[in-house]
Amino acid sequence: MPESRRLPARSVFGSLVIIFVVIAGSAAAFAYTAGWFSPRRLTPDKMVDALAPPTGAALGHRRNHAKGICFTGVFESNGSGSTLSKAQVFVRGQYPALGRFNLGTPDPNAPDSTVRVRGMGLRISTPDGQEWRTAMINAPVFPAATPQAFHELLLAAASKDPNAMKAFAGAHPEIATFGAWAKSAPWTGSYAEDRFNSLNAFIFVDNSGAEHAVRWSLLPAAQAVPISPDELAKRGPDFLQQEIVDRVRRGPLHWTMVVTVANPGDSTGDPSKAWPEDRRTVEVGTLTVQQIEAEADGPCRDINFDPTVLPAGIRISDDPFPAARSSIYAKSYDLRTAESKDYPRTATSTKP
Amino acid sequence: MIGIGQRFTPLQRLLHWLMVFCIVAMLFIGVGMVSTITPKYLPLVSIHKSLGIAILVLALIRLVVRLRYGAPPLPADLPEPMRLAAHLSHYALYILMIGMPLLGWSMLSAAGYPVVLYGGVRLPAILPQSDRLHTLLWNAHFYLAFLFFALILMHFAAALFHALVRRDGVFETMAPVPSRDELTPAE
Repeated sequence: MPESRRLPARSVFGSLVIIFVVIAGSAAAFAYTAGWFSPRRLTPDKMVDALAPPTGAALGHRRNHAKGICFTGVFESNGSGSTLSKAQVFVRGQYPALGRFNLGTPDPNAPDSTVRVRGMGLRISTPDGQEWRTAMINAPVFPAATPQAFHELLLAAASKDPNAMKAFAGAHPEIATFGAWAKSAPWTGSYAEDRFNSLNAFIFVDNSGAEHAVRWSLLPAAQAVPISPDELAKRGPDFLQQEIVDRVRRGPLHWTMVVTVANPGDSTGDPSKAWPEDRRTVEVGTLTVQQIEAEADGPCRDINFDPTVLPAGIRISDDPFPAARSSIYAKSYDLRTAESKDYPRTATSTKP
Repeated sequence: MIGIGQRFTPLQRLLHWLMVFCIVAMLFIGVGMVSTITPKYLPLVSIHKSLGIAILVLALIRLVVRLRYGAPPLPADLPEPMRLAAHLSHYALYILMIGMPLLGWSMLSAAGYPVVLYGGVRLPAILPQSDRLHTLLWNAHFYLAFLFFALILMHFAAALFHALVRRDGVFETMAPVPSRDELTPAE
Protein backbone atom coordinates (compact mmCIF):
# COMPACT_ATOMS: atom_id res chain seq x y z
CA MET A 1 0.00 0.00 0.00
CA PRO A 2 1.30 3.51 -0.73
CA GLU A 3 0.78 4.45 2.93
CA SER A 4 3.13 1.74 4.03
CA ARG A 5 5.83 3.21 1.79
CA ARG A 6 5.68 6.79 3.14
CA LEU A 7 9.14 7.99 3.94
CA PRO A 8 10.26 9.84 7.08
CA ALA A 9 10.57 13.60 6.51
CA ARG A 10 14.38 13.55 6.56
CA SER A 11 14.48 10.96 3.84
CA VAL A 12 12.02 12.97 1.73
CA PHE A 13 14.23 16.02 2.08
CA GLY A 14 17.28 13.99 1.03
CA SER A 15 15.43 12.69 -2.03
CA LEU A 16 14.35 16.17 -3.03
CA VAL A 17 17.94 17.36 -2.78
CA ILE A 18 19.04 14.49 -5.04
CA ILE A 19 16.35 15.37 -7.56
CA PHE A 20 17.31 19.03 -7.51
CA VAL A 21 20.99 18.28 -8.02
CA VAL A 22 20.32 15.87 -10.90
CA ILE A 23 18.01 18.30 -12.70
CA ALA A 24 20.22 21.34 -12.12
CA GLY A 25 23.24 19.35 -13.29
CA SER A 26 21.44 18.35 -16.50
CA ALA A 27 20.42 21.94 -17.17
CA ALA A 28 23.98 23.12 -16.54
CA ALA A 29 25.40 20.50 -18.94
CA PHE A 30 22.96 21.73 -21.57
CA ALA A 31 23.93 25.36 -21.01
CA TYR A 32 27.60 24.43 -21.16
CA THR A 33 27.09 22.65 -24.49
CA ALA A 34 25.27 25.71 -25.81
CA GLY A 35 28.33 27.78 -24.93
CA TRP A 36 26.68 29.88 -22.24
CA PHE A 37 29.62 29.36 -19.90
CA SER A 38 32.21 29.82 -22.66
CA PRO A 39 32.26 33.51 -23.58
CA ARG A 40 35.50 32.99 -25.48
CA ARG A 41 34.11 30.34 -27.83
CA LEU A 42 34.21 31.57 -31.42
CA THR A 43 30.59 31.26 -32.48
CA PRO A 44 28.97 31.96 -35.85
CA ASP A 45 27.29 34.97 -34.22
CA LYS A 46 30.66 36.46 -33.26
CA MET A 47 32.02 35.93 -36.74
CA VAL A 48 28.96 37.56 -38.30
CA ASP A 49 29.29 40.48 -35.86
CA ALA A 50 32.94 40.90 -36.79
CA LEU A 51 32.03 41.05 -40.49
CA ALA A 52 29.62 43.94 -39.96
CA PRO A 53 30.81 47.43 -40.91
CA PRO A 54 31.03 50.08 -38.14
CA THR A 55 27.63 51.41 -39.18
CA GLY A 56 26.05 48.00 -38.61
CA ALA A 57 25.05 45.16 -40.89
CA ALA A 58 22.93 45.88 -43.96
CA LEU A 59 19.68 44.24 -42.91
CA GLY A 60 18.25 41.67 -45.30
CA HIS A 61 21.54 41.26 -47.13
CA ARG A 62 24.29 38.67 -47.05
CA ARG A 63 26.61 39.51 -44.18
CA ASN A 64 29.57 39.47 -46.54
CA HIS A 65 29.75 39.61 -50.34
CA ALA A 66 26.58 41.66 -49.97
CA LYS A 67 26.88 43.46 -53.31
CA GLY A 68 26.35 41.29 -56.33
CA ILE A 69 24.31 40.25 -59.29
CA CYS A 70 22.75 36.93 -60.15
CA PHE A 71 23.13 34.85 -63.30
CA THR A 72 21.95 31.60 -64.85
CA GLY A 73 23.71 29.40 -67.34
CA VAL A 74 25.07 25.92 -67.87
CA PHE A 75 28.09 23.94 -66.83
CA GLU A 76 29.23 21.75 -69.70
CA SER A 77 31.35 18.90 -68.45
CA ASN A 78 33.90 17.42 -70.87
CA GLY A 79 34.12 14.13 -68.98
CA SER A 80 37.77 14.50 -67.90
CA GLY A 81 36.81 15.09 -64.26
CA SER A 82 35.44 11.55 -64.03
CA THR A 83 38.99 10.25 -63.57
CA LEU A 84 39.07 12.21 -60.30
CA SER A 85 35.50 12.12 -58.97
CA LYS A 86 32.47 9.92 -59.44
CA ALA A 87 30.13 12.91 -59.10
CA GLN A 88 27.63 13.09 -61.94
CA VAL A 89 28.61 16.70 -62.57
CA PHE A 90 31.85 15.41 -64.17
CA VAL A 91 30.14 13.02 -66.57
CA ARG A 92 30.17 14.54 -70.04
CA GLY A 93 27.01 16.60 -70.39
CA GLN A 94 25.32 19.89 -69.68
CA TYR A 95 24.00 20.79 -66.26
CA PRO A 96 22.05 23.89 -65.19
CA ALA A 97 24.04 26.46 -63.25
CA LEU A 98 22.98 29.33 -61.04
CA GLY A 99 25.49 31.82 -59.76
CA ARG A 100 26.22 35.24 -58.45
CA PHE A 101 29.03 37.68 -59.20
CA ASN A 102 29.79 39.59 -56.06
CA LEU A 103 32.10 41.93 -54.22
CA GLY A 104 33.73 40.96 -50.92
CA THR A 105 32.09 43.66 -48.84
CA PRO A 106 29.35 43.70 -46.20
CA ASP A 107 27.99 46.90 -47.80
CA PRO A 108 25.55 46.28 -50.68
CA ASN A 109 26.12 49.86 -51.84
CA ALA A 110 29.92 49.95 -51.74
CA PRO A 111 31.43 51.57 -54.86
CA ASP A 112 33.04 48.89 -57.04
CA SER A 113 36.45 50.54 -57.00
CA THR A 114 36.67 50.28 -53.20
CA VAL A 115 36.46 46.49 -53.08
CA ARG A 116 39.55 44.45 -53.80
CA VAL A 117 38.07 40.97 -53.51
CA ARG A 118 35.52 39.77 -56.05
CA GLY A 119 33.73 36.48 -55.87
CA MET A 120 31.46 34.06 -57.59
CA GLY A 121 28.91 31.86 -55.88
CA LEU A 122 27.90 28.89 -58.02
CA ARG A 123 25.41 26.06 -57.83
CA ILE A 124 25.43 23.26 -60.38
CA SER A 125 22.53 20.80 -60.29
CA THR A 126 22.61 17.32 -61.78
CA PRO A 127 19.76 15.00 -62.82
CA ASP A 128 20.51 12.63 -59.90
CA GLY A 129 19.13 15.35 -57.61
CA GLN A 130 22.52 16.35 -56.25
CA GLU A 131 24.02 19.80 -56.06
CA TRP A 132 27.47 21.25 -56.01
CA ARG A 133 27.65 24.64 -54.37
CA THR A 134 30.85 26.62 -54.23
CA ALA A 135 31.81 30.18 -53.42
CA MET A 136 35.09 31.32 -54.95
CA ILE A 137 37.10 34.55 -54.94
CA ASN A 138 39.60 36.17 -57.26
CA ALA A 139 42.49 36.10 -54.77
CA PRO A 140 44.93 33.19 -55.25
CA VAL A 141 45.15 32.54 -51.49
CA PHE A 142 43.14 33.35 -48.39
CA PRO A 143 44.52 36.03 -46.04
CA ALA A 144 44.35 33.83 -42.92
CA ALA A 145 45.38 30.26 -42.19
CA THR A 146 42.60 29.45 -39.72
CA PRO A 147 39.08 30.71 -39.02
CA GLN A 148 40.34 32.02 -35.65
CA ALA A 149 43.05 34.01 -37.42
CA PHE A 150 40.46 35.36 -39.87
CA HIS A 151 38.36 36.55 -36.93
CA GLU A 152 41.41 38.29 -35.49
CA LEU A 153 42.03 39.85 -38.88
CA LEU A 154 38.50 41.23 -39.02
CA LEU A 155 38.88 42.68 -35.54
CA ALA A 156 42.27 44.19 -36.39
CA ALA A 157 40.95 45.69 -39.63
CA ALA A 158 38.05 47.30 -37.76
CA SER A 159 40.21 48.42 -34.84
CA LYS A 160 40.87 52.09 -34.11
CA ASP A 161 44.33 51.14 -32.90
CA PRO A 162 46.69 52.20 -35.73
CA ASN A 163 49.03 49.33 -34.84
CA ALA A 164 46.37 46.62 -34.88
CA MET A 165 47.05 45.48 -38.44
CA LYS A 166 50.79 45.57 -37.91
CA ALA A 167 50.39 43.43 -34.81
CA PHE A 168 48.18 40.99 -36.71
CA ALA A 169 50.66 40.70 -39.58
CA GLY A 170 53.43 40.10 -37.06
CA ALA A 171 51.55 37.24 -35.45
CA HIS A 172 50.25 35.88 -38.76
CA PRO A 173 52.94 36.33 -41.40
CA GLU A 174 50.92 34.20 -43.85
CA ILE A 175 48.90 37.31 -44.68
CA ALA A 176 51.90 38.59 -46.68
CA THR A 177 51.05 36.44 -49.73
CA PHE A 178 47.51 37.76 -49.84
CA GLY A 179 48.79 41.28 -49.14
CA ALA A 180 51.20 41.12 -52.06
CA TRP A 181 48.41 39.99 -54.38
CA ALA A 182 46.07 42.75 -53.14
CA LYS A 183 48.75 45.36 -53.72
CA SER A 184 50.20 44.31 -57.04
CA ALA A 185 47.71 42.16 -58.96
CA PRO A 186 46.01 44.13 -61.73
CA TRP A 187 42.36 45.09 -61.36
CA THR A 188 39.96 44.39 -64.19
CA GLY A 189 36.96 46.34 -65.40
CA SER A 190 34.69 43.30 -65.67
CA TYR A 191 33.61 40.24 -63.75
CA ALA A 192 33.97 38.49 -67.13
CA GLU A 193 37.74 38.98 -66.99
CA ASP A 194 38.23 37.68 -63.46
CA ARG A 195 39.50 34.31 -62.37
CA PHE A 196 37.75 32.72 -59.39
CA ASN A 197 39.45 30.23 -57.07
CA SER A 198 38.05 27.75 -54.55
CA LEU A 199 41.03 28.37 -52.24
CA ASN A 200 39.87 25.60 -49.94
CA ALA A 201 41.05 22.08 -50.67
CA PHE A 202 38.47 19.35 -51.11
CA ILE A 203 38.70 15.61 -51.68
CA PHE A 204 37.48 14.10 -54.93
CA VAL A 205 36.57 10.41 -54.69
CA ASP A 206 36.67 8.48 -57.96
CA ASN A 207 34.76 5.36 -59.00
CA SER A 208 37.41 3.05 -57.57
CA GLY A 209 37.17 4.83 -54.22
CA ALA A 210 40.58 6.48 -54.62
CA GLU A 211 40.85 9.97 -53.17
CA HIS A 212 42.43 13.03 -54.73
CA ALA A 213 43.04 16.28 -52.88
CA VAL A 214 42.08 19.14 -55.17
CA ARG A 215 41.37 22.84 -55.50
CA TRP A 216 39.51 24.33 -58.42
CA SER A 217 39.44 27.56 -60.36
CA LEU A 218 37.33 29.18 -63.05
CA LEU A 219 39.53 30.75 -65.73
CA PRO A 220 37.87 33.48 -67.81
CA ALA A 221 37.76 33.11 -71.58
CA ALA A 222 37.73 36.91 -71.88
CA GLN A 223 41.09 38.62 -72.08
CA ALA A 224 41.81 40.60 -68.92
CA VAL A 225 42.32 44.31 -69.56
CA PRO A 226 44.05 45.88 -66.56
CA ILE A 227 42.49 49.01 -65.16
CA SER A 228 43.46 51.11 -62.17
CA PRO A 229 41.02 51.50 -59.28
CA ASP A 230 40.94 55.24 -60.06
CA GLU A 231 39.81 54.60 -63.61
CA LEU A 232 37.24 52.10 -62.36
CA ALA A 233 35.96 54.72 -59.92
CA LYS A 234 35.45 57.18 -62.79
CA ARG A 235 33.21 54.70 -64.57
CA GLY A 236 30.71 54.80 -61.69
CA PRO A 237 30.03 53.07 -58.39
CA ASP A 238 28.02 50.24 -59.95
CA PHE A 239 29.95 49.89 -63.18
CA LEU A 240 30.68 46.16 -62.85
CA GLN A 241 26.99 45.37 -62.62
CA GLN A 242 26.03 47.50 -65.63
CA GLU A 243 28.96 46.18 -67.62
CA ILE A 244 28.11 42.52 -67.03
CA VAL A 245 24.47 43.12 -67.97
CA ASP A 246 25.54 44.72 -71.28
CA ARG A 247 28.17 42.10 -71.92
CA VAL A 248 25.89 39.12 -71.41
CA ARG A 249 23.25 40.79 -73.57
CA ARG A 250 25.77 40.77 -76.42
CA GLY A 251 26.56 37.10 -75.95
CA PRO A 252 27.22 34.36 -73.40
CA LEU A 253 30.39 34.41 -71.29
CA HIS A 254 32.66 31.46 -70.61
CA TRP A 255 34.99 30.24 -67.90
CA THR A 256 37.03 27.03 -68.00
CA MET A 257 36.92 25.01 -64.83
CA VAL A 258 40.38 23.74 -63.96
CA VAL A 259 40.98 21.27 -61.14
CA THR A 260 44.42 21.33 -59.56
CA VAL A 261 45.47 18.00 -58.05
CA ALA A 262 47.74 18.01 -55.00
CA ASN A 263 50.86 15.89 -54.87
CA PRO A 264 51.05 13.42 -52.01
CA GLY A 265 52.22 15.36 -49.01
CA ASP A 266 50.86 18.75 -50.12
CA SER A 267 49.08 20.44 -47.24
CA THR A 268 45.31 20.64 -47.68
CA GLY A 269 44.59 22.31 -44.36
CA ASP A 270 45.74 25.87 -45.05
CA PRO A 271 44.13 28.01 -47.77
CA SER A 272 46.63 30.81 -47.14
CA LYS A 273 49.28 28.70 -48.88
CA ALA A 274 49.13 27.97 -52.59
CA TRP A 275 50.39 24.66 -53.91
CA PRO A 276 53.49 24.82 -56.11
CA GLU A 277 52.85 25.95 -59.69
CA ASP A 278 53.81 22.62 -61.25
CA ARG A 279 50.91 20.63 -59.84
CA ARG A 280 48.84 18.62 -62.29
CA THR A 281 45.77 20.41 -63.60
CA VAL A 282 42.74 18.93 -65.34
CA GLU A 283 40.28 20.96 -67.38
CA VAL A 284 36.93 19.47 -66.48
CA GLY A 285 34.46 21.69 -68.28
CA THR A 286 33.14 25.12 -69.16
CA LEU A 287 30.80 27.41 -67.29
CA THR A 288 28.65 29.45 -69.65
CA VAL A 289 26.83 32.46 -68.24
CA GLN A 290 23.76 32.93 -70.43
CA GLN A 291 21.59 35.40 -68.62
CA ILE A 292 21.86 37.99 -65.88
CA GLU A 293 19.04 37.72 -63.33
CA ALA A 294 17.55 40.34 -61.05
CA GLU A 295 19.38 40.53 -57.74
CA ALA A 296 16.55 41.52 -55.37
CA ASP A 297 13.91 39.29 -56.98
CA GLY A 298 16.02 36.71 -58.73
CA PRO A 299 16.79 33.09 -57.99
CA CYS A 300 20.04 33.81 -56.08
CA ARG A 301 18.44 35.86 -53.37
CA ASP A 302 17.43 33.01 -51.10
CA ILE A 303 20.25 30.64 -52.00
CA ASN A 304 23.04 30.07 -49.53
CA PHE A 305 26.18 29.26 -51.53
CA ASP A 306 27.33 26.97 -48.73
CA PRO A 307 30.58 25.34 -49.90
CA THR A 308 29.79 22.14 -48.00
CA VAL A 309 26.74 21.34 -50.15
CA LEU A 310 28.54 18.76 -52.25
CA PRO A 311 27.53 15.81 -54.42
CA ALA A 312 28.65 12.28 -53.58
CA GLY A 313 32.17 12.12 -55.02
CA ILE A 314 33.30 15.40 -53.46
CA ARG A 315 33.88 15.84 -49.76
CA ILE A 316 35.65 18.26 -47.47
CA SER A 317 39.32 17.84 -46.57
CA ASP A 318 41.09 18.73 -43.32
CA ASP A 319 40.84 22.39 -44.35
CA PRO A 320 38.96 23.94 -41.38
CA PHE A 321 37.37 26.69 -43.48
CA PRO A 322 34.49 24.92 -45.26
CA ALA A 323 32.94 23.88 -41.92
CA ALA A 324 33.43 27.39 -40.51
CA ARG A 325 32.03 28.98 -43.66
CA SER A 326 29.03 26.63 -43.59
CA SER A 327 28.14 27.57 -40.02
CA ILE A 328 28.68 31.30 -40.62
CA TYR A 329 26.84 31.36 -43.96
CA ALA A 330 23.91 29.58 -42.29
CA LYS A 331 23.85 32.26 -39.59
CA SER A 332 23.95 34.98 -42.23
CA TYR A 333 21.14 33.22 -44.13
CA ASP A 334 18.98 32.84 -41.02
CA LEU A 335 19.43 36.53 -40.20
CA ARG A 336 18.85 37.93 -43.65
CA THR A 337 15.81 35.81 -44.49
CA ALA A 338 14.26 37.01 -41.21
CA GLU A 339 14.97 40.62 -42.27
CA SER A 340 13.42 40.41 -45.72
CA LYS A 341 11.17 43.39 -45.01
CA ASP A 342 14.33 45.51 -44.79
CA TYR A 343 15.35 44.42 -48.29
CA PRO A 344 12.07 44.55 -50.16
CA ARG A 345 11.49 42.58 -53.27
CA THR A 346 10.70 45.00 -56.03
CA ALA A 347 7.76 43.29 -57.61
CA THR A 348 7.81 45.84 -60.41
CA SER A 349 11.47 45.36 -61.20
CA THR A 350 12.11 43.94 -64.60
CA LYS A 351 14.91 41.62 -65.44
CA PRO A 352 17.86 43.65 -66.62
CA MET B 1 -0.54 -2.75 -4.63
CA ILE B 2 -1.03 -0.06 -7.22
CA GLY B 3 0.16 -0.72 -10.71
CA ILE B 4 1.46 -4.17 -10.03
CA GLY B 5 1.34 -6.23 -13.16
CA GLN B 6 0.40 -3.05 -15.02
CA ARG B 7 3.50 -1.83 -16.63
CA PHE B 8 4.13 -0.46 -20.08
CA THR B 9 4.74 -3.32 -22.51
CA PRO B 10 8.37 -4.33 -23.11
CA LEU B 11 8.16 -2.78 -26.60
CA GLN B 12 6.97 0.52 -25.09
CA ARG B 13 9.74 0.48 -22.52
CA LEU B 14 12.33 -0.32 -25.18
CA LEU B 15 11.08 2.56 -27.37
CA HIS B 16 11.00 4.93 -24.39
CA TRP B 17 14.56 4.33 -23.29
CA LEU B 18 15.94 4.22 -26.82
CA MET B 19 14.28 7.57 -27.47
CA VAL B 20 15.56 9.03 -24.21
CA PHE B 21 19.05 8.44 -25.53
CA CYS B 22 18.24 9.76 -29.03
CA ILE B 23 16.35 12.87 -27.96
CA VAL B 24 18.76 13.95 -25.24
CA ALA B 25 21.67 13.47 -27.67
CA MET B 26 19.69 15.38 -30.31
CA LEU B 27 19.07 18.40 -28.07
CA PHE B 28 22.69 18.58 -26.91
CA ILE B 29 23.96 18.24 -30.49
CA GLY B 30 21.52 20.94 -31.58
CA VAL B 31 22.64 23.60 -29.12
CA GLY B 32 26.26 22.56 -29.54
CA MET B 33 26.36 22.72 -33.32
CA VAL B 34 24.82 26.18 -33.64
CA SER B 35 27.45 27.62 -31.31
CA THR B 36 30.59 26.40 -33.05
CA ILE B 37 32.53 27.10 -36.24
CA THR B 38 35.03 24.26 -35.73
CA PRO B 39 35.24 21.23 -38.05
CA LYS B 40 32.95 19.41 -35.56
CA TYR B 41 30.12 21.53 -36.97
CA LEU B 42 29.58 19.43 -40.10
CA PRO B 43 29.46 15.95 -38.50
CA LEU B 44 27.20 17.35 -35.76
CA VAL B 45 24.78 18.77 -38.33
CA SER B 46 24.86 15.50 -40.25
CA ILE B 47 24.10 13.46 -37.11
CA HIS B 48 21.41 15.96 -36.12
CA LYS B 49 19.57 15.46 -39.42
CA SER B 50 19.87 11.67 -39.45
CA LEU B 51 18.98 11.28 -35.78
CA GLY B 52 16.04 13.64 -36.25
CA ILE B 53 14.54 11.43 -38.93
CA ALA B 54 15.23 8.35 -36.78
CA ILE B 55 13.35 10.01 -33.90
CA LEU B 56 10.45 10.86 -36.20
CA VAL B 57 10.15 7.22 -37.30
CA LEU B 58 10.48 5.93 -33.72
CA ALA B 59 7.93 8.46 -32.45
CA LEU B 60 5.37 7.44 -35.07
CA ILE B 61 5.87 3.76 -34.18
CA ARG B 62 5.58 4.67 -30.54
CA LEU B 63 2.37 6.59 -31.08
CA VAL B 64 0.79 3.60 -32.82
CA VAL B 65 1.98 1.26 -30.05
CA ARG B 66 0.63 3.65 -27.40
CA LEU B 67 -2.75 3.86 -29.10
CA ARG B 68 -2.83 0.06 -29.34
CA TYR B 69 -1.62 -0.83 -25.82
CA GLY B 70 -2.44 2.30 -23.85
CA ALA B 71 -0.77 3.19 -20.56
CA PRO B 72 -1.08 1.82 -17.03
CA PRO B 73 -3.45 3.87 -14.87
CA LEU B 74 -1.99 6.48 -12.55
CA PRO B 75 -2.28 5.78 -8.80
CA ALA B 76 -5.75 6.58 -7.47
CA ASP B 77 -4.33 8.82 -4.75
CA LEU B 78 -2.31 10.99 -7.13
CA PRO B 79 -3.34 14.65 -6.51
CA GLU B 80 -5.36 16.14 -9.36
CA PRO B 81 -2.77 18.82 -10.36
CA MET B 82 -0.10 16.12 -10.76
CA ARG B 83 -2.49 13.97 -12.72
CA LEU B 84 -3.26 16.87 -15.04
CA ALA B 85 0.44 17.72 -15.41
CA ALA B 86 1.20 14.09 -16.26
CA HIS B 87 -1.43 13.99 -18.99
CA LEU B 88 -0.65 17.36 -20.51
CA SER B 89 3.09 16.80 -20.49
CA HIS B 90 2.66 13.48 -22.27
CA TYR B 91 0.62 15.14 -25.01
CA ALA B 92 3.26 17.85 -25.30
CA LEU B 93 6.09 15.31 -25.47
CA TYR B 94 4.40 13.36 -28.25
CA ILE B 95 3.68 16.54 -30.20
CA LEU B 96 7.32 17.62 -29.89
CA MET B 97 8.78 14.19 -30.70
CA ILE B 98 6.85 14.19 -33.96
CA GLY B 99 6.78 17.93 -34.59
CA MET B 100 10.42 18.87 -34.08
CA PRO B 101 11.83 16.60 -36.81
CA LEU B 102 9.11 17.78 -39.19
CA LEU B 103 9.91 21.42 -38.36
CA GLY B 104 13.60 20.80 -39.00
CA TRP B 105 12.93 19.05 -42.29
CA SER B 106 10.50 21.80 -43.42
CA MET B 107 12.92 24.51 -42.37
CA LEU B 108 15.70 23.05 -44.51
CA SER B 109 13.25 22.62 -47.39
CA ALA B 110 12.10 26.24 -47.14
CA ALA B 111 15.74 27.35 -47.29
CA GLY B 112 16.45 25.32 -50.42
CA TYR B 113 19.07 23.16 -48.72
CA PRO B 114 19.35 19.56 -49.86
CA VAL B 115 18.43 17.25 -46.96
CA VAL B 116 21.14 14.62 -46.91
CA LEU B 117 21.23 11.97 -44.20
CA TYR B 118 24.00 9.68 -43.05
CA GLY B 119 25.07 7.35 -45.83
CA GLY B 120 24.08 9.84 -48.53
CA VAL B 121 20.33 9.22 -48.26
CA ARG B 122 18.53 12.21 -49.77
CA LEU B 123 15.09 13.31 -48.64
CA PRO B 124 12.78 15.35 -50.86
CA ALA B 125 11.83 18.92 -50.00
CA ILE B 126 8.50 18.99 -48.18
CA LEU B 127 7.94 22.73 -48.64
CA PRO B 128 8.69 25.22 -51.40
CA GLN B 129 11.50 27.68 -50.87
CA SER B 130 10.33 30.73 -48.94
CA ASP B 131 12.18 33.21 -46.75
CA ARG B 132 9.05 33.87 -44.70
CA LEU B 133 8.34 30.20 -44.04
CA HIS B 134 11.99 29.58 -43.28
CA THR B 135 12.01 32.29 -40.64
CA LEU B 136 8.80 31.04 -39.05
CA LEU B 137 10.01 27.43 -38.98
CA TRP B 138 13.49 28.34 -37.82
CA ASN B 139 12.09 30.28 -34.86
CA ALA B 140 9.71 27.46 -34.00
CA HIS B 141 12.46 24.84 -34.21
CA PHE B 142 14.84 26.94 -32.11
CA TYR B 143 12.50 28.01 -29.31
CA LEU B 144 10.62 24.72 -29.09
CA ALA B 145 13.96 22.94 -28.59
CA PHE B 146 14.38 24.78 -25.29
CA LEU B 147 10.78 24.06 -24.33
CA PHE B 148 11.38 20.40 -25.22
CA PHE B 149 14.45 20.23 -23.00
CA ALA B 150 12.59 21.95 -20.13
CA LEU B 151 9.73 19.45 -20.49
CA ILE B 152 12.17 16.55 -20.44
CA LEU B 153 13.74 17.91 -17.26
CA MET B 154 10.27 18.22 -15.67
CA HIS B 155 9.41 14.70 -16.81
CA PHE B 156 12.71 13.43 -15.38
CA ALA B 157 12.13 15.28 -12.09
CA ALA B 158 8.61 13.85 -11.87
CA ALA B 159 9.91 10.34 -12.55
CA LEU B 160 12.47 10.70 -9.78
CA PHE B 161 9.80 12.13 -7.48
CA HIS B 162 7.64 9.07 -8.11
CA ALA B 163 10.60 6.74 -7.64
CA LEU B 164 12.23 8.30 -4.60
CA VAL B 165 9.56 10.23 -2.74
CA ARG B 166 6.11 8.91 -3.55
CA ARG B 167 7.27 5.37 -4.26
CA ASP B 168 3.90 4.75 -5.84
CA GLY B 169 4.88 2.39 -8.63
CA VAL B 170 4.63 4.97 -11.42
CA PHE B 171 8.35 4.91 -12.11
CA GLU B 172 8.30 1.12 -12.20
CA THR B 173 5.74 1.14 -15.02
CA MET B 174 8.43 2.46 -17.34
CA ALA B 175 11.57 1.22 -15.55
CA PRO B 176 14.02 -0.34 -17.98
CA VAL B 177 14.39 -3.44 -15.80
CA PRO B 178 11.91 -4.83 -13.28
CA SER B 179 12.52 -3.51 -9.76
CA ARG B 180 13.43 -5.87 -6.94
CA ASP B 181 9.94 -5.55 -5.49
CA GLU B 182 8.43 -6.93 -8.62
CA LEU B 183 10.75 -9.87 -8.68
CA THR B 184 9.66 -10.90 -5.21
CA PRO B 185 6.23 -12.49 -4.89
CA ALA B 186 3.41 -10.04 -4.40
CA GLU B 187 2.79 -9.02 -0.81
